[in-house]
Amino acid sequence: MADTLQSSTSGGARQAEANPVTRFFRATEIDTRLLGMVGALLIIWVGFHIMTGGLFLTPRNLWNLSVQTASVAVMATGMVLVIVTRNIDLSVGSILGFSGMIMGVLQAQMLPQLMGFNHPATWIVALAGGLLVGAAIGALHGSIIAFLNVPSFIVTLGGLLVWRGATWFVTSGQTVAPMNASFRLMGGGTEGSIGATASWVVGALACMAIVVAIINARQQRKRFHFPRRPLWAEYFLCVLSCAIVMGAIFVANSYYWPVNIARKYAEANNIPWPETGLFIPHGIAIPVLMAIAVGIVMTFIATRLRFGRYVFAIGGNPEAAELAGIKTRWVTVKIFTLMGVLCAIAAAISTARLNAATNAQGELDELYTIAAAVIGGTSLAGGTGTIAGAMLGALVMQSLQSGMVLLGIDTPFQRIVVGVVLVMAVWLDTIYRARAK
Amino acid sequence: MTEHRTPLVEMRNISISFGGIHAVDNASIDLYPGEVVALLGHNGAGKSTLIKILSGAYKRDSGDILINGEAAEIRNPRDAKKYGIETIYQTLAVADNVDAAANLYLGRELQTRWGTLDDVAMEAKAREVMGRLNPNFKRFKEPVKALSGGQRQSVAIARAILFDARILIMDEPTAALGPQETAQVGELIKQLKKEGIGIFLISHDIHDVFDLADRVSVMKNGQVVGHARTEDVTKDEVLGMIILGKVPPKAIPGPGAMKI
Repeated sequence: MADTLQSSTSGGARQAEANPVTRFFRATEIDTRLLGMVGALLIIWVGFHIMTGGLFLTPRNLWNLSVQTASVAVMATGMVLVIVTRNIDLSVGSILGFSGMIMGVLQAQMLPQLMGFNHPATWIVALAGGLLVGAAIGALHGSIIAFLNVPSFIVTLGGLLVWRGATWFVTSGQTVAPMNASFRLMGGGTEGSIGATASWVVGALACMAIVVAIINARQQRKRFHFPRRPLWAEYFLCVLSCAIVMGAIFVANSYYWPVNIARKYAEANNIPWPETGLFIPHGIAIPVLMAIAVGIVMTFIATRLRFGRYVFAIGGNPEAAELAGIKTRWVTVKIFTLMGVLCAIAAAISTARLNAATNAQGELDELYTIAAAVIGGTSLAGGTGTIAGAMLGALVMQSLQSGMVLLGIDTPFQRIVVGVVLVMAVWLDTIYRARAK
Repeated sequence: MTEHRTPLVEMRNISISFGGIHAVDNASIDLYPGEVVALLGHNGAGKSTLIKILSGAYKRDSGDILINGEAAEIRNPRDAKKYGIETIYQTLAVADNVDAAANLYLGRELQTRWGTLDDVAMEAKAREVMGRLNPNFKRFKEPVKALSGGQRQSVAIARAILFDARILIMDEPTAALGPQETAQVGELIKQLKKEGIGIFLISHDIHDVFDLADRVSVMKNGQVVGHARTEDVTKDEVLGMIILGKVPPKAIPGPGAMKI
């Protein structure tokens, strides 16, 4: 009762004349921009589904799509912070290549000699080494940008060339393979998925977390007597979020192991092969879980920590941030260090998936990462952007590519389409922002 | 009278130059608790530069700053804040893309015991402070760029008083405001004065500040022309100080006074 009273007084006269749709969005506080992106994504999905004659919206394709998106999505979360502070990072693809190569050489050549072949900790040491290298490169870039005042465009353009060249020098251009078996799990595939039961558990935990978060936010606002969302809106948000989570898990669990792998597995475990075939669900892929975890952590950093607040304040008004006593240079260094770490995580995912570290790994990824962040609503003018938007942007880009592959469209034409979509998306966003003012 | 007390701020023989140009040349000013000192002069007279040295935005080449009679080291804005010096800038130094509460606490965010931002507590305090300053202010959830000039100015002022400033620097505080909002800021200055806060008002327009100030200090070409109590001088005499550097009989001349 008190809830409805509070919210109706805060909205004032304007709320009374709003139509039901506007009122609905205001009550639920759903970001209409993000909703527009989800809408665009659904249109792309359904469009491809119809054009490919029902190949797109299958558990198998959606599952693959999620795995393919993971690497760029991880880097896009960091690119948001970089672009929000009016910087750019053109070197992410090369950092990915270099740290991937380091991880490859560590686990395929150096660690087997030091720790013995197939030591259980090999993958941890290799991953840690890659993360360290990524962080160091990022910190170097950040320091040059912040303390030597070289524009980020130039520093990372240099980095693009330097680290790509350095990647070649690690093995004189040779491809490193194969990867450690445990390391490979980070690439997804039949082995690198957590199976049906664990997926449902993850889903249940996610739903619980959503409900707890909503209740907690409400209680906090109640404690300080702030206006709250109407109760029905809270219930609606709970149900909607949980439905999306459970739906995604249902899809992941509907994609079964390929027949020959399932047969081998049955033979190895002495399971009699049933007449109808053995259906073992994949469940969520490990790289996807990693990407989601990165997304959650980055959202937490961006919205709940001082560091994130400073990132956005610097993006909005660098001078004001400096005058408010923020150590803006250090924030810049931290942002680029974080970006380097994220590149290394993306490198782990993509080397594991390919089961090899190559020279060309991550080439052009910087452009896809920037495009994902920008399609996801990060403004190049600085100050605005969301982590969730950027990850959704990565999914949009990957959906386009994967759909065109299914349609059998040639690579050159794929690039034309992606380029056109990028420009269109930003144009539409400009119109949206102009209207929102 | 004021001479017997220790000044809240004393800036002695301050000089700074940029590329050979003496932006501030051997300037001395002081400020007592509960006093409003207007710092006047043309654009480019050096008043903003002098005051930015006090707020930590610039580093002085020479001279001393004394806070409560003790030498103070002010190297950056964080140092200045430690001495209770808060500045409201001409350019409305607010981060446009975050909300009022985030701006109030920028650089000094409240944190929960987990080390995360305590947004709810910050918003609660913001509502309280803004309620005192500007009861009509209701838009706590919107980015500051959606607000009017006056509302943004009240956010900037709220930020200064939120942290118990003892010394407030207002650089052209009403330059971006309409008449009604200017009057509001005037009221606010009187209220802060009663609380014993010392205020430097910087302006190139004496009409803005003459009624609010207890004393005026006038600068010209980087030098201090002179100081005077507002009750001892007329607006025309102060104008003469600003334009010609001519010091009226009841004012104390400084190094920049016109040589007769």
